[in-house]
Amino acid sequence: MAKVPVQFTLNGSEKAEFIDSGTTLLNALRDKIGDTSPKGGCHQGTCGACSVIIDGELRLSCLMLAETCNGATITTTSGLAVGGVLHPLQRAFLDTFATQCGFCTPGMIMAAKVLLDHTPNPSREDVVEALSGNICRCTGYEPIIRAVLAAARANPQNAA
Amino acid sequence: MELRKSYFADVRKDDLHEIGQPRPRSDSPGHVTGRTAYFADRNFPGMLHLKMVRSPHHHARIRSIDTSEAEKHPGVIKVLTAKDVPHNVYTILILIQVGPEDETVLADGKVRWKGEAVVAVLAETERAAQEAAAKVKVDYEVLPAVFDMEEALKPGAPIVNEYHGQNYYLYDSGACRKVRFGDVEAGFAQADHVLEQSYQSSPIEHAPTETTGCVVAPEGNDRFTCHTNTQAMFFTLDNTSIILQMPGSKLHFVGGTVGGGFGGKVDVIVEPIAILGAKLTGRPVCFIYSREEEMQISSPRAAEKVVIKDGVMKDGRIVARKVTGYTDAGAYSRHSPYGAQKGAGHYPGPYTVPNVWIDTYCVYTNRTPSSAMRGFGVTIGDFALEVQMDKLARLIGMDPLEFRFINAYRDGDMKAHRQPTEGAALIECMQEAARVANWPVAEKYMAMSSYKNGA
Amino acid sequence: MAIRRGRGVAAINYPTGMNLGGDPTQALVHSTPTGNFMVTLSSVDLGQGMKQIMAQICAETIGVPTDRVVVDTADTDTGPHCMGTFASRGTHRAGNAVIQAAREARQVMLEVAAEELEVNASDLETDGQGNILVKGAPQKSISIFDVALSAHFKRGRSISGRGMFLIPRSYPEKETGAMKPSTCYAHACTVAEVEVDDETGEVTVLTVKNVFEIGRALNPKMVEQQLVGGSWMGISHALYETTEPYYPNRDHGGTDFNQYLMPGPGDLAETEIIVLERPSADGPYGAKGPGEMCANPQMPAVANAVFDAVGVRIDTLPITPERILRALKAQAN
Repeated sequence: MAKVPVQFTLNGSEKAEFIDSGTTLLNALRDKIGDTSPKGGCHQGTCGACSVIIDGELRLSCLMLAETCNGATITTTSGLAVGGVLHPLQRAFLDTFATQCGFCTPGMIMAAKVLLDHTPNPSREDVVEALSGNICRCTGYEPIIRAVLAAARANPQNAA
Repeated sequence: MELRKSYFADVRKDDLHEIGQPRPRSDSPGHVTGRTAYFADRNFPGMLHLKMVRSPHHHARIRSIDTSEAEKHPGVIKVLTAKDVPHNVYTILILIQVGPEDETVLADGKVRWKGEAVVAVLAETERAAQEAAAKVKVDYEVLPAVFDMEEALKPGAPIVNEYHGQNYYLYDSGACRKVRFGDVEAGFAQADHVLEQSYQSSPIEHAPTETTGCVVAPEGNDRFTCHTNTQAMFFTLDNTSIILQMPGSKLHFVGGTVGGGFGGKVDVIVEPIAILGAKLTGRPVCFIYSREEEMQISSPRAAEKVVIKDGVMKDGRIVARKVTGYTDAGAYSRHSPYGAQKGAGHYPGPYTVPNVWIDTYCVYTNRTPSSAMRGFGVTIGDFALEVQMDKLARLIGMDPLEFRFINAYRDGDMKAHRQPTEGAALIECMQEAARVANWPVAEKYMAMSSYKNGA
Repeated sequence: MAIRRGRGVAAINYPTGMNLGGDPTQALVHSTPTGNFMVTLSSVDLGQGMKQIMAQICAETIGVPTDRVVVDTADTDTGPHCMGTFASRGTHRAGNAVIQAAREARQVMLEVAAEELEVNASDLETDGQGNILVKGAPQKSISIFDVALSAHFKRGRSISGRGMFLIPRSYPEKETGAMKPSTCYAHACTVAEVEVDDETGEVTVLTVKNVFEIGRALNPKMVEQQLVGGSWMGISHALYETTEPYYPNRDHGGTDFNQYLMPGPGDLAETEIIVLERPSADGPYGAKGPGEMCANPQMPAVANAVFDAVGVRIDTLPITPERILRALKAQAN
């Protein structure tokens, strides 16, 4: 099978690999680059566990070919904590007990991050809308919604 | 959530240090940073991908299997059929002496449900395995199938599973697990009203976000490490040991960090064939269900039919309850004989009824084998019982909650399966529910207690 | 045509464990040289939080803070036997095994401390902060750090313990069905309030008020996680879920999350959870298994609420708009 070069920025570092043409970004990240924080829950774009941020937009990495991401800037949940300090969303998920099995968590955090990047002070409806592409089977969603709202409240810019 | 400490304060000491404290979860930091390692996060050089060829028919005889084209497909390393599996006919509960062995790891001569595993293909890539699987030719002679439990139990119905010989599980008590307590017919004769109703459910999927699977790596010393999301480590190890006729000392299972289970990961399905693949190729092997396989191939919660016949007095007392439960096991037992039996131990629900008759059947049909799920053997029964309770209350013109107080079990009450009730708390749950929901309930019920001799 | 409201109630109990199969779990506990404690198991954490709960149980029993305990589980080369995580058995069975193992380890720890302090072990107590004190004379004390060092390097003792919890198998009597399906039961009562659109058959669950009696809330925040998620699953089962929508016909089964329906974050009922604690006689610190039963009462409560709203009985799960409309049509005729 033909190998194709891919090169992109992942969580601030340059990555370059030769991959089989047709490899999804999810598989390239997990199997070639070793970032297993995006999860493969369905490989058909219906669960959101593989969500990553590409050039500021939320994307399902299981539905993207890695070779279409050349030159892109990609963020995954494993890259959110800087210098060992958790991102406010990660902190909020911890503090409000919003994780159970944890399998959907990285995708949820990605979806929530894109929301807060665009809408720093979201309404509950905004949060619901932002999470509506991500499946969770453990929590019943309410704790995750609350975690995202708590993270937004923790942002000093949102202080009244 | 609120803890109501006022209930049962007299039997509870709240003098603990670590217990009762909302300590942060030790696994959560790994979850929020994406560092938690699930089985599929293990990657080994040279790992092969396993894909199954599955039956397109509900019930069919296999005339022949031709794997020659699949074996020639680029990237294919090994193709496995029934003859490759040392002990191909198995059943998981054989470990607790619940037989007979009734299921094949890979179909041998017959398929009994649409989706049954027939041939396993191991290839360098997932894509090659998938493409090669499509090249396996299986010649089937389609047989009549039966899907409806009542049809399956009729004389002359197609036999789903020859290892049982009839379309129900044979308990030591006969065609069903029985509970007999008091005289149920006398109870019906005495009752002011008799109500018989039938309830039905359909199969339900566990739908964990992480699908069932495993990653196997040879250790290089005749041992195999299997990273798995099974819900039961030794249950899986010991069954694998039987199926592969391999000493348990050669097997090393690692797991315990699972992306949701809900009962869907207690069957021993992916591990034995993946380990066999690793053994025969000397290579690491991964076998991970697609979402479609998780939805339609992995065991669902069984469909159940529950028929309840109750005799009730005008004053609200249930004097007789007869329950006939049918659990749709699908084509193989897996855990279903246990689930049906657990149902027999659960009826007539948390109520004290003097005359009880329970029959629970485990029925075989040509569908995806069902197995355990959250509330196994009880969930659908509770749906039936509690809708029936609502109907009975309305039948005699009583408030549904007050009707339950009249019949609620209390400490010391003898249950139908002949155990005295201990530690009951149904009454207090109902009292608190009445309070939070502003559901009007007469004071005498709000003053009741689950304790023996409670008011 | 109108939106109609109704409410329904259901009450249930649920057995802890797998008595009808025989139900063992084992645990090992040992101290490191500096007085941290390892719990070794083969139990599986499905996401419910088994590892955290076993750490808290071990810490409580030994008398140290939870962050001094590490749980190493689900490696068959090191962990002793556990039947598995199902039947609401994990906390109850493994918790009891951990308590027994931790008690044995605690006893050795106190004996070593007694030698160091030159008192009787029976005169010692832990302060829960990592120290061992002489009862009534708390100024005479030794840290568990120093006790563990002494055990390892001076006294040649292993601060360790073995735990085993077994519920022997109950065989149902053939003719009467006499059996012991469980040693303890959790309880619940749910009141659900719904709106039913009698034109579309659509059901909206407005509120669920759940009261759960679970023996002991070992970690209340984690109990809340289970109960909230379980209540959501119960509603999901009631209204949406099946792999065979035309059962017993096998056709049209869903194969992905677009076809297999569950309530999303925009479809949530307002959920209230109340927890009662009647400690069970044989539970670890009184705990029962809450994980399964929390998803059971919502199904009948919703069904009963639908009847209360529109006067039709849907006795087949799931309670789909199609079933409601067919029942309304039959009722009108």
